[in-house]
Amino acid sequence: MSDLIRTAERQLLTPGGLATRDLDRVFASLMGPAIDAADLYFQHSRSEAWVLEDGIVKDGSHSIEQGVGVRALSGEKAGFAYSDEIVLPALLEAAGAARAIAHAGANGVGKPLAIAPARALYPPVDPIDTLSNEAKIAVLREVDAYCRAADPRVQQVIVSLAATLDTVLIAHSDGTLAADVRPLVRLNVQVIAEADGRRESGSSGGGGRYGLDELLAGGRAREFAREAVRSALVNLEAVPAPAGTMTVVLGPGWPGVLLHEAIGHGFEGDFNRKGTSAFAGMLGEAVAARGVTVVDDGALPGRRGSLSIDDEGTPTRRTVLVEDGVMKGVMQDKLNARLMRAQPTGNGRRESFAHLPMPRMTNTYMLPGAHDPGEIIASVGRGLYAVNFGGGQVDITNGKFTFSASEAYLIENGRITRPVKGATLIGAGAEVLKRVSMIGNDLKLDEGVGVCGKDGQSVPVGVGQPTLRIDSMTVGGTA
Amino acid sequence: MNLSVDDKDTSLADLDRLAQIAQDVVARARRSGASAADAAASIDTGLAVGVRLGEVETVERTRDRAVSVTVYFGQRKGSATTADLDPASIGQTVEHACAIARHTEPDPANGLADPALLASTIPDLDLWHPWDLTPAQAIALGVEIEAAGRAQDARISNSDGASVQSGGSLTAYANSDGFIGCERATHHSVSVALIAEDDAGMQRDYWYDSVRRAADFASPSSIGIKAAQRTLARLGAQRLSTRQCPVLFAPEAARSLIGHFLSAASGGALYRRASFLVDQLGQRLFPPWLQLVERPHIPRGLGSTAFDAEGVATRDSDLVRDGVLARYILGSYSARKLGLQSTGNAGGVQNIVLEPGADDLPALLRRMGSGLLVTELMGQGVSLITGDYSRGASGFWVEQGELAYPVEEITIAGNLRDMYANLVAVGSDVDPRSHILTGSLLLERMTIAGE
Repeated sequence: MSDLIRTAERQLLTPGGLATRDLDRVFASLMGPAIDAADLYFQHSRSEAWVLEDGIVKDGSHSIEQGVGVRALSGEKAGFAYSDEIVLPALLEAAGAARAIAHAGANGVGKPLAIAPARALYPPVDPIDTLSNEAKIAVLREVDAYCRAADPRVQQVIVSLAATLDTVLIAHSDGTLAADVRPLVRLNVQVIAEADGRRESGSSGGGGRYGLDELLAGGRAREFAREAVRSALVNLEAVPAPAGTMTVVLGPGWPGVLLHEAIGHGFEGDFNRKGTSAFAGMLGEAVAARGVTVVDDGALPGRRGSLSIDDEGTPTRRTVLVEDGVMKGVMQDKLNARLMRAQPTGNGRRESFAHLPMPRMTNTYMLPGAHDPGEIIASVGRGLYAVNFGGGQVDITNGKFTFSASEAYLIENGRITRPVKGATLIGAGAEVLKRVSMIGNDLKLDEGVGVCGKDGQSVPVGVGQPTLRIDSMTVGGTA
Repeated sequence: MNLSVDDKDTSLADLDRLAQIAQDVVARARRSGASAADAAASIDTGLAVGVRLGEVETVERTRDRAVSVTVYFGQRKGSATTADLDPASIGQTVEHACAIARHTEPDPANGLADPALLASTIPDLDLWHPWDLTPAQAIALGVEIEAAGRAQDARISNSDGASVQSGGSLTAYANSDGFIGCERATHHSVSVALIAEDDAGMQRDYWYDSVRRAADFASPSSIGIKAAQRTLARLGAQRLSTRQCPVLFAPEAARSLIGHFLSAASGGALYRRASFLVDQLGQRLFPPWLQLVERPHIPRGLGSTAFDAEGVATRDSDLVRDGVLARYILGSYSARKLGLQSTGNAGGVQNIVLEPGADDLPALLRRMGSGLLVTELMGQGVSLITGDYSRGASGFWVEQGELAYPVEEITIAGNLRDMYANLVAVGSDVDPRSHILTGSLLLERMTIAGE
């Protein structure tokens, strides 16, 4: 860990003539009698992306961002300012703006900074440099060629390959000094297929916190390509989806976006502290069927939603949200944990140094049950089997949520029959999970594509679940 | 360099410096061997304050800077951005872009905009109105808005808070054909979200305003009261049975229907053949009474701009004339891909105006008779490639032209092509808080999925 601190200091502080010991001066100007806590978040972010379209690698881009966010907390109040220059005068100016949230008083001091222990869940590699530019381009071309050769109905292939390295250094007035070096990579494939004047698209992709070399090892790029083509061709055959309330079977993996919307957001500490979540005050009460256990786990090695430490320096961990149907836990950052007299759970996250941290999900998934997926399908007389989704949305106050299927099938007499067009599913969080009647033994996590938006801030997340049978849910088709 | 809304206004001097940076970047790219290049430099600054239950919750000072460069080596392209305006970092950024262009492949559609289309004069669109707002004043305003809403009814039990934001952005764009253009614009907004509770549970709704000039805001109390009324009206919401019926989109929801049309008519979706509007130029898509016009030069308009992201002059122009698709929405790249000319839409559309009808909302409700009034939409569920549409909705069931009861947890579905063709009327109740200016939209029929 101290290696990470040194790396982060070299990247973030040294160029501006700063060292960790100078941060005491910033804290001295931040802290005062009315300030409960303060933190500094230094970040350097470098990204690269390549895009292939129309059979040629037509665009590439590179970007660098860096800066420091300065936050002062007083009760429930947060003062925040940031600077894209990491030098002492800019830091002191930002500190002055941030501490204006509380009335001025005598300067105080934070606790002496000490390196917080943590374990690294991913290697501190710069993923952009894990593969030569020639090799990156070769991958894009290979995916394109594979998709076009797979079926003559494939008319357009868009492939993108992106890699980012975030280096962060976090200093908090509670004495936390922590650093993290966070690689994140992603490959995306979109295919447009055309037949008899009808056009449909299919997409696939994935990634995580490792190098591009690891992402592309083992033929994973080709699997994404095959999946995108398959999904586009299935959609070419799709008939209108049914409309109304029916039994829904959700496939394993990415359909876990259900959990993210139906309960995840409603279990975030800020909404529970403010009493604005439909789940506020329900700890210990039944919110789902017996057998349903849902966790948020930021400590899974290499996953897209994982972090060795959150953006407040708290080591991530596994938090049980629902155990055997009963609400057990809430996801917390330091501010909401302090105000709710709870412990931080490693869920304090922010989009960047220019944004305030808040409680956010990491990897949210349901533990497996006992049923064979085939047995679950066979149990349904008439219903919908949805295996892939676009995004979702929730109103945390009344608990209503939607998520939109992008690949789905009719189930008739226990068998999967025809593919149907995408449709939005809608329900109420606390009710839908009570209607889970069968849980599969096939837990799968998603491939690493999730982006969660909250209050205008985007962060990478993961979801997962086994095959699930929900006895009744509203399906928004037209037929 | 610092643009501040409560210090002396240095925006003109800052714009000069941004223009210098953009031109320097272009010159540096040319020296590095690029046959053509363009660059944009920008600074956005602002103040954002959040209050909740009468107390300040957050005070945020923002300042974002960016320089972006695109280089062309013949028909090969590379781009890079940095947030660091230091000359050494800018130099590295140009080199990053050039390094990328060594690996990309020639694309005949690549290149700068046609010089003949570039803006030669830059009209003043009255977009710069700094708001002399201290954090204390912003907090007081947020408290006033929230308090007006909370005082409306005892059933307003909680609040998600009010926010007050003020910001300004300065942008300079230069290209190697000698174009240089600068624009400065302010944008201010206020919003409040309230929570009401009864035996059936909690409901939340919100209201906001969004302007270029603070004097144009609706009164603080009217915004709070509107949020409270909307929130209270949702209490006791029911579901509907699955059915087909007419649907009236209130202006704040109707906007998204126009937005889907704009996305599907945009060059990027068209040349990829990822739009249901492929090969539809000159076709009748809407009823003959419908007129949709782009008007980029509305004074203080939220989407107003004198030139697009490539320096192309913007001008008033029809998108839909008498129900017929008059043109696509194109920047230079997508225009070349389609064998057409740029429509001044690199970076997106400006102000889009759907010519209002004669009926206000009550008149449209009477005209609908029985049906669904949609005030909020949820989720994605729109496929631009097929036009298939399926979204979560909430609003009101309407009987004999009157609101009967609030509804929630239903979906509405159809196909955008049919939905557009079967529009019955547009209202006179235009919502000014967006660059898409439309009144309510009445649709003949959609499928509602519910119980």
